[in-house]
Amino acid sequence: MLRRFLQEKSPPAVVRRLMETDAGWERDAWIELNQQLGLTGVHIPEEYGGQGFGFVELGIVLEEMGRALLCAPYFSTTVLAATAIMNTGTRAQQEVLLPPIALGEVVATLAFTEPNGRWDASGIEMNATPGDAGKFRLDGIKSFVLDGHTADLIVVAARAPGSSGEDGLSLFTTPGGAAGLTRRALKALDPTRKLARLEFNGVEAELLGELGGAAGPLTKTLTQAAACLASEMVGGAERLRVSALDYANLRMQFGRPIASFQSMKHKQADMLVDVELAKSAAYAAASAAAEDDPELPAIASLAKACASEAYLQTAINTIQIHGGIGFTWDNDTHLWFKRAKSSEVFLGDPAWHRERMLQAWGV
Amino acid sequence: MTEPNEAAVRAEARAWLEANWNAELGLAEWRGRLIDSGWGMPSWPKEWHGKGLPPAFDAVVAEEMRRVGAVGVARSGVRGLAAATLLEHGGDFHKAKFLRRILTGEDNWCQLFSEPGSGSDLAGALTRAELKDGRWVFNGQKVWTTSAHHADWGLLLARTDSNVPKHQGLSYFVLDMRQAGVEVHQLRQMNGHASFNQVFFTDAEAPAEHLVGEVGGGWAVATTTLMHERRGADGMRLWGAASERKGRIYDEERAEIATVNEPYKWYPQRAGRVDLVLERAKATGAIADPVVRQEIAKLLTLSKTAEWTARRARAAQAQGRPPGPEGSLGKLAASHVARAAARVHTAITGADAMLTGEDGPLDGVIAEILVSVPAVSIAGGTDEIQRNIIAERVLRMPKEPRSDDDRPFRDVPKNRLV
Repeated sequence: MLRRFLQEKSPPAVVRRLMETDAGWERDAWIELNQQLGLTGVHIPEEYGGQGFGFVELGIVLEEMGRALLCAPYFSTTVLAATAIMNTGTRAQQEVLLPPIALGEVVATLAFTEPNGRWDASGIEMNATPGDAGKFRLDGIKSFVLDGHTADLIVVAARAPGSSGEDGLSLFTTPGGAAGLTRRALKALDPTRKLARLEFNGVEAELLGELGGAAGPLTKTLTQAAACLASEMVGGAERLRVSALDYANLRMQFGRPIASFQSMKHKQADMLVDVELAKSAAYAAASAAAEDDPELPAIASLAKACASEAYLQTAINTIQIHGGIGFTWDNDTHLWFKRAKSSEVFLGDPAWHRERMLQAWGV
Repeated sequence: MTEPNEAAVRAEARAWLEANWNAELGLAEWRGRLIDSGWGMPSWPKEWHGKGLPPAFDAVVAEEMRRVGAVGVARSGVRGLAAATLLEHGGDFHKAKFLRRILTGEDNWCQLFSEPGSGSDLAGALTRAELKDGRWVFNGQKVWTTSAHHADWGLLLARTDSNVPKHQGLSYFVLDMRQAGVEVHQLRQMNGHASFNQVFFTDAEAPAEHLVGEVGGGWAVATTTLMHERRGADGMRLWGAASERKGRIYDEERAEIATVNEPYKWYPQRAGRVDLVLERAKATGAIADPVVRQEIAKLLTLSKTAEWTARRARAAQAQGRPPGPEGSLGKLAASHVARAAARVHTAITGADAMLTGEDGPLDGVIAEILVSVPAVSIAGGTDEIQRNIIAERVLRMPKEPRSDDDRPFRDVPKNRLV
């Protein structure tokens, strides 16, 4: 049902229209998505206005969004920001922050990466200094922030001045239009997923959760997000695999469909293996996240690395199978190829995740 | 008749086992009682050593057997394939003559399908079967025959007619392996083991009634055998699971399992021994090398995802869902795992990878991995054939153009025999 809904709402023509806009998404369509299907609140508990499902259901939603290449601030709002708030916020904070997200009224994001491009908590350099009335002042630069230039609410990771590593890290919230905050959309290689650079000059922010205690919750959020991204990538990879198969069955050369050539059949069989193995990894990661399995850090990293490579390889093969038309702008393959390429790097590249997987297993 | 229910079947099986199971019996004697009771093969028909229960109850009875430690009927190796094939395609003569002695374990069986000229293309078999004076006479050669050297009977696919298209000219026989016209030679592999045999027929004979199915109907019968072989491929690992309990019957069962498993003792090495990778990497210090760590992580990822994919397939099967693509990928995935494992073992081992036997690491086990892995992507269907099967049956891509099934088999180009 969700697949059909997204097919209707997000055909390639709509993806192409939205990717040319600065925002990359439309509020009316976003509100409709939530009013009709309640998707933004899938894994948010019912007491905070959500659907009360878990990461398995969230994974299914993401798989379909990846398939449809939906242009919406879903990964930023629901996966990154809402999960960070659920992992970090006090009960009172969750009561305030989560319901508007679950209702689709507030678009949010998590600003943690900086120009140094590091994906771990220790890479955070932005300073948070105590300000007036229990609030804090943020100074520094965040980069690669998903939908950072359009989000209504920004969850920001920063550290106590002079602290290092995992010490002194806290999360804060600030409105997207806060004074002292300069937001600039970056030219993203993947035009369907917008990135922004955010410059904080004495921006006033509220502490989320415990002061100095964010390293654990932030790492957990990023681990869960890696599992989610694996699901999204698997959906995109399967969409490409099927499109390559359909094309090979249609395309005639030398008097027969190119699908009848063994070189094509073997490539398609290999693509199926790539995608299905990655799917198994994504499902294992979603289950581990749902059960809060102690093995989640290892399995999420495994799935992120595996799905990244399967997605990109499938995209490369899909272009190859399409031949000359495969690398034209008019053919849709490049839309997914670019998502595959940016997702390969986003939240940490495969080599980085493989190393994390070994360390999580104590190797 | 009322539908059997699980609780009733369980209670009945348990009561029978409590009254009859005795670890001090001889293996043959115990199996005789088990077979007569029908509890040895609960889903087989009552007239043929079974209980006529739906297949779902096999697991219930097996659970009760395990609970008391009872030994089951013999069905490892080709025995199980022979039993399933004869039950489906055999006449009363075959069932009466062979089934019971398969289940007691008294007879060993082998499968005589592959030939030097037909590996991936089994229906291209050249071994001839001719009816002379009311007896079938066989001439030709088979290969890759596991356990032929201690088999009593063979399942033989042979050509009875070369004037019709290839699949229509094959017939299926049960052949007595203990006769002068059957010669068995071991086939030595590149890893030094000899798990398979070549079998030569020079006017080997079988009585007319050893034909299974119709003359010319052998391909359908062989397909049944192959289907059970593929289905059982997953269970192969279980064959080695002999009980460690004490008692005469367990000793006899261990000896039987050892004989069946003997040809497969290098199979774990053929699969790549992913289980050894981490301990070896720690032992050699390669675990500190970031490049090797990446290769190890890639291997573990492949191995884990292959395992999870097999689990997805089993879960779909258990829920009665139609098998999805995940079910057809295991063999290809296993090849990838084995090859990656051989690469990683080499990277971990360094110069010692040039040594074998007692000079090699782990008393030659690492060397055995390196020289056994090439077989994994060939045995039981090559990777290329697997890809064709996936493309044609799962992805519904066009079938390979053929030039061998539209003309009499005698006109199909064949390998020159060397």
